[in-house]
Amino acid sequence: MADALVEMREIVKTYPGVVALDAVDFTLRAGEIHALVGENGAGKSTLIRILTGAERPDRGRLLLNGREIHARSPAEAQRLGVAAVYQEINLAPDLSIAENLLLGREPRSRFGWIQWGEMRRRARQIVRSMGLEADVSAPLRDCSIALRQMIAVARAVDQRARVLVLDEPTSSLDAAETGRLFDLMRRLRAAGLGIVFITHFLEQVYAVSDRITVLRGGRCVGSHAARDLPRLALVSAMLGKAASAVAAERASTRRADCGGAARLVAKRVFRRRSIQPFDLTLRAGEVVGLAGLLGSGRTEMARLLFGVETRDGGTISINGAAMHRHSPRRSIRAGVALAPEDRRAAGLVPRLSVRDNILLALHASRGWLRRLPRRDQVALAEQFVRSLSIATPDLRRPVAQLSGGNQQKVILARWLLMEPTILLLDEPTRGIDIGAKEQVESLVADLRVRGMAIVFISGELEEVVRVSSRVVVLRDRAVVGELEGAAITAGSIMERIAGPAEGGGHA
Amino acid sequence: MREIGRHLLWPLAALAILLAFNALRDPAFFHLRLVEGRLTGAMIDILNQGAPVLLLALGMTLVIGTGGIDLSVGAVMAVAGAVAADLLHSGASTATALAAAVGAGLAAGLWNGSLIALVGLSPIVATLILMVAGRGIAQLVSNGEIIDIAPDAAILAIGRGTVLGLPFPVLIALGAAAALAGVARLTSLGLFIECVGGNEQASRYAGLAVRSIRLAAYALMGVLAAIAGLIDAADIAAADANNCGLYLELDSILAVVIGGAALTGGRFSIAGSLLGAIIIQTISTSILRADFGGRSVPVELNLIIKATFVLALCLVQSSEWRRWRPLRRSAAA
Repeated sequence: MADALVEMREIVKTYPGVVALDAVDFTLRAGEIHALVGENGAGKSTLIRILTGAERPDRGRLLLNGREIHARSPAEAQRLGVAAVYQEINLAPDLSIAENLLLGREPRSRFGWIQWGEMRRRARQIVRSMGLEADVSAPLRDCSIALRQMIAVARAVDQRARVLVLDEPTSSLDAAETGRLFDLMRRLRAAGLGIVFITHFLEQVYAVSDRITVLRGGRCVGSHAARDLPRLALVSAMLGKAASAVAAERASTRRADCGGAARLVAKRVFRRRSIQPFDLTLRAGEVVGLAGLLGSGRTEMARLLFGVETRDGGTISINGAAMHRHSPRRSIRAGVALAPEDRRAAGLVPRLSVRDNILLALHASRGWLRRLPRRDQVALAEQFVRSLSIATPDLRRPVAQLSGGNQQKVILARWLLMEPTILLLDEPTRGIDIGAKEQVESLVADLRVRGMAIVFISGELEEVVRVSSRVVVLRDRAVVGELEGAAITAGSIMERIAGPAEGGGHA
Repeated sequence: MREIGRHLLWPLAALAILLAFNALRDPAFFHLRLVEGRLTGAMIDILNQGAPVLLLALGMTLVIGTGGIDLSVGAVMAVAGAVAADLLHSGASTATALAAAVGAGLAAGLWNGSLIALVGLSPIVATLILMVAGRGIAQLVSNGEIIDIAPDAAILAIGRGTVLGLPFPVLIALGAAAALAGVARLTSLGLFIECVGGNEQASRYAGLAVRSIRLAAYALMGVLAAIAGLIDAADIAAADANNCGLYLELDSILAVVIGGAALTGGRFSIAGSLLGAIIIQTISTSILRADFGGRSVPVELNLIIKATFVLALCLVQSSEWRRWRPLRRSAAA
């Protein structure tokens, strides 16, 4: 095909000490969905940032419709027709859908007043043309993340984007929402847009993509039609390992039986509008998986157990101590750790160094007067950087500069060095690459064997099945079932998530 | 606290320019003389006059570090001065007057901190309340009059006394700066403040006592403001509820910003704020001392010159500005 929409030729980008992109070629055609895959640090983000004008390459050429362009900012790239929708969506949550769609392009009367009626009408038109359904005067804050994402896409398309970059658009979506986003993507493909799709879910890569380009270590290691690239070959291209080794590694995670002392006992715990009363007993040496759709109450459960949210009723005791006025501080003192779902908002202090972030919980537990000597700080941080193989040039690097997987490991390190007896992991593998994912999974298995009691929350059923010794299933903010041992299969979990007979289509 | 060195470059350069300007205009600028056991000279004057702003800037550094701000410090100065003068007037001992003044500052700080950390008001609103009410309280305490302090009162030593030739206000301010820098360096407090300002939610998840840290920052701010108020009252031997500390909240915020702290919180530098406060006072002093062919700078221009200088300094420090410059160059190429 000759109709290359975007051609990136021999793009080179170096940062101090790192070659982020080493002569990478990338071609996007009109009317195709092109998956860009690779482990963290492979160069995906850098390539995208260059495509969208957020960064300028050191060398190489960027052609749009055969003409070389030099966008100096995302705004300029947008004017040229290249738009991006990022993981953390940049819309204004307090404005209405209509305002968000037409921000900066509001229909105005002769005197410069905004014509609200016309604005709503245009917004409704855009929403409908995308095949969505929404009240355009509702504030965006009240919409689901999925809808927000699609509004962001709609906004870009309405601004005549011809190239659309979707960076991890599905990481916060459940299966139904993902399906709807895919429908929208296919619709846009049919309209002739070129879509660059970045995701960590291989199923999704194959579900919608026409082509797959694999990056590894700043180089392009292959660009194939999706149907010509078997899944195992894709994984081995990403990891740079022989396919057979990958398969062997996958099979090596085993589970054994469990059942030590009760570490955490929750009885009739609930919080209004958040989760219905539930009981949970967590024992040493077991991994309890929490499975359910997004919004089913998994995260809410973990937050109640950790004391981030105050419960409206019920009792929680941790290692025998009743938690009356529950707070994260008390939980931590009693031996609990929580690695939160949203690591950027609730985990990291972005400006602080890798070392400070790793040691944060320890510092907090020691209080401000008992500061750990610097020597010990460095030694501890170094030990965990090594044992979790956190890739960072040095300990003083601001943690914001690390890749997603390494940031997640920093948070894991923060809690592991506290030597908790109970570890709550909320989506520990979300948005991180396959290699890091497997490391986290085997770490969990390892910790369990050493007697830790672990709660493992993940939207990826296969993962829950792999790591859990017991699975608690949630639906619509209530516990609806529990599975143990051999009964844990993706199928059995899905049955319970789907619910009885009518098979509720809740999202 | 983290990236010491680079961020002090611009403030240091600015101070050097100011001092060089003064040295050129007035060769005696750097001269120090010992007069009746007291060091005198322009440099000492700057530190002495700048002591209140310096104290405020230290507290403001911590408050801004947590992502907050305190607009009430000028009013708290006035309250502290009025309380001390009023007590002395009604025959209380010096110690009582001092303790009551500092206590009033602490109470003010705790009030601010409670509104912000416990009630959840935004720092601007919460401290705006005391900024307005505080001056009212000071006027109530002093019955709307300027309360004179007896010329032989021991409390005046705070403003006028010397130790080893150094004026007492200078020692208090530099001592407080050294103490705070020490605390920030030797304990985890500085780190905690940066965490709370850098990401409050993450701090809570990590087990930090976010509320207590906030509360402590405002409480310390209140105490430092009270001490600044005492220095001011002792300096003029009177408590003037209307003018004590007027607009100093703005000077102290400026000092912190000049020192390279992020107004959004999460990054601060005590050395930077110290420099910032000295720069602000040096500007004022330079303007007052400057004379052009026998004519001094008209008083009306003082604030404008100061504002211009501060603007220029903030501009060269801003990353936006710096990003803009290389861009222009590459566009021209």
